[in-house]
Amino acid sequence: MVFKIELPQVGESVTEAVIGKWLKSPGEHIDKYDPLVEVITDKVNMDVPAPATGTLTKILASEGDTVPMGSVIAEMETDEAVTQADSRSPSVPATPSGAKSETSPLAARIGTLVQGANVGPTGGEFLDTSLSPPTHDTATESAAPSQSNNEKLRFSPVVTRLAAQHGVDLTTLAGTGLGGRVTKKDVLTAVEEGITAGSATMPSPRVPRAAPGDDQVIEPTPIRRMIADHMVKSMTEIPHAWSAIEVDVTGMVEWRAANRQRFEQEHGVRLTYLPITLRSVAAALKTNPRINSSWVDGKMVLKGAINVGVAVAADEGLIVPVVHDAAGASLLELAQQLDGLIERARSASMTLDDVRGGTFTLNNTGALGSVWGGAIINHPQAAILTTEAIVKRPVVISHNDTDTVVVRSMMNICLSFDHRIIDGAEASAFLQAVRAGLEAVDLNSEFE
Amino acid sequence: MPEQTVIEAVRDTMRAEMRRDETVILLGEDIGNRGGVFLATDGFIEEFGADRVIDTPLAESLICGLALGAAVNGMRPLAEIQFADFVWPAINQIVGEAARVRYGTNGLKTAPLTIRVPYGGGVRGGLYHSQSVEVLFAHTPGLTVVAPATPYDAKGLLASAIRSDDPVIVLEHKRTYRLVKGEVPAGDYTVPIGRAEIKRPGSDMTIVTYGLMLHYALQAAEAASEQGFDVEVLDLRTLRPLDSDAIAESVSRTGKVLIVQEDTPAVSISSEVAAIIGERCFFDLDAPITRLTPPEIPPMPFSPLQEAAFMPSPEKILAAITKLAEL
Repeated sequence: MVFKIELPQVGESVTEAVIGKWLKSPGEHIDKYDPLVEVITDKVNMDVPAPATGTLTKILASEGDTVPMGSVIAEMETDEAVTQADSRSPSVPATPSGAKSETSPLAARIGTLVQGANVGPTGGEFLDTSLSPPTHDTATESAAPSQSNNEKLRFSPVVTRLAAQHGVDLTTLAGTGLGGRVTKKDVLTAVEEGITAGSATMPSPRVPRAAPGDDQVIEPTPIRRMIADHMVKSMTEIPHAWSAIEVDVTGMVEWRAANRQRFEQEHGVRLTYLPITLRSVAAALKTNPRINSSWVDGKMVLKGAINVGVAVAADEGLIVPVVHDAAGASLLELAQQLDGLIERARSASMTLDDVRGGTFTLNNTGALGSVWGGAIINHPQAAILTTEAIVKRPVVISHNDTDTVVVRSMMNICLSFDHRIIDGAEASAFLQAVRAGLEAVDLNSEFE
Repeated sequence: MPEQTVIEAVRDTMRAEMRRDETVILLGEDIGNRGGVFLATDGFIEEFGADRVIDTPLAESLICGLALGAAVNGMRPLAEIQFADFVWPAINQIVGEAARVRYGTNGLKTAPLTIRVPYGGGVRGGLYHSQSVEVLFAHTPGLTVVAPATPYDAKGLLASAIRSDDPVIVLEHKRTYRLVKGEVPAGDYTVPIGRAEIKRPGSDMTIVTYGLMLHYALQAAEAASEQGFDVEVLDLRTLRPLDSDAIAESVSRTGKVLIVQEDTPAVSISSEVAAIIGERCFFDLDAPITRLTPPEIPPMPFSPLQEAAFMPSPEKILAAITKLAEL
């Protein structure tokens, strides 16, 4: 049989050798271990012995050639069958990235592997270590968790952390890992695609099942999260101060009772206390410009427009539609504007113009029965006013040095203000201006 | 830029350092007239003379003891241990004495001593020419241990070692000596001790490795890229002190790690790397820390088949990459 004679490994670090003189010629009989050829390396010079008994048939490397270790330098015909290792099945290329034609500076520094530099023992039998098939049974490879059906419910630390950070419900993700495991990539992809709690694909906050007595953790909707951030920003940036006074709105209640039916028939708009209050607030803002301002970069900015936001409780949370140019509007116009805004807020069909440009906020907490409040300012405005519940109360009225107890409709109005811009005196002046406007309303008032 | 093998880079660096600083002297077996067993000091005795290129008896305790004595008396000795397998008789001189000079003299004396230790297997060296000896030195406070894997790093780290005022063990992998060719700038430069380097950037996982395994890991990473896995390869370069910042940065970013080493696993470099990752990357891990190492048997086998079975290879690394990537 034909036997390929390979250049054997000599020395521990030698990778190539120069072929010296051939000591046998093609056609010559050779005995195993007969000196066959001289080789010269940068470490040693030596004779390569014949690996088997037989006849030398072909010389493939001539004197003076530089040959990598392990390459075939001759062929011989053996007298008997000799096993020859031929294990090259290079599933991994023998050259690292650095061997590519476009060599990066890093790759050039890392260097390339000398081709064919794998070693074989003296004697010619050659087995290529680095290219031999994997032998996992013997090498120790620390165990990754084995495949199991429960992988879907086991989450790695980074997956748990990212899910909490981005509000991703892991049970809703299809894992691409082993056994359906949710991987870090799966979470990041979900975040990229916006599959977070409360997003379009999962509209309502999901309440995880909990055993009785357990705490429940609810992922906030995007709107809730926005409100939360906004509140924190306002409360941490703005030094809040509070002031409140009570207003006798008996006249306003009477006027509304007397005009409501006519108003709604004539104009097709509901008549609530809100436009009446708003009218007084807008007028008071005009005469108290500091209330209608903003603290911006260390400066007070008095707003040119009086745009009053009105807090509305909608399904998803608090919405503040804005009545633009409120000071220039009639009661009817205010009522019409408010009617449209509130309708759009509750039906979630607001436009961007409906909610932007506010310079002050009015919050009718009284509709919910509240009698006093300390509201958080709608950042970056300077103040917010709550109008509280109208309550009939016994009130002492002094007239001609005589005190009389009478029943009146009373309402508290509470102002939260930015103390960087507004002091107590200005806050009180504004509150009194609002009160004056409201208390001036009586059955004889003509607004339209 | 000129290309060199690792052994050429080592040889040129030693020559340059000896020309630069006359307190640098060499000690070792057969390093003079024979030029060293790996020809690392070929031609040195002719240039620098027998006073600076000292052929010693076959006694590693003597080589390291002499070098230590010279070091604390103003020289910068560079000792060559012929094969790492022979370093054990010098352990007392290195671990017991050299490592403690600065501490033991309250900083009065230092031991600017470098010991070059050719190590590692995959060279058909069998029981006595294949050992990985890094762990004992890397465990020892007072020692610095570097393990360059490329010609560039071999030059830069050897220069840093020789110029260090404290003892440095330079582990040179025998298999890389003539196997790896790469660019080496001709001029003077150093590679800082204690700094790992990302030899291949990637995003899917990090392979942490050093020595010959760096090259196998790079081959495997390249093959893995054809399967769509983007593997980062971090070359530790210094084994003591380990660059824990670089390890933590890379693993935190990729979330998965495969530590590959030629040494057996128990209480090894990979153990320490795994501990660092456990301490610093827990909340960024997407998979258990994995290791690919030889099995726990005493020596590197001599039989080619068994040696191949013992050593990690590009194929074994690729298989481990695939397994971890698909997890």
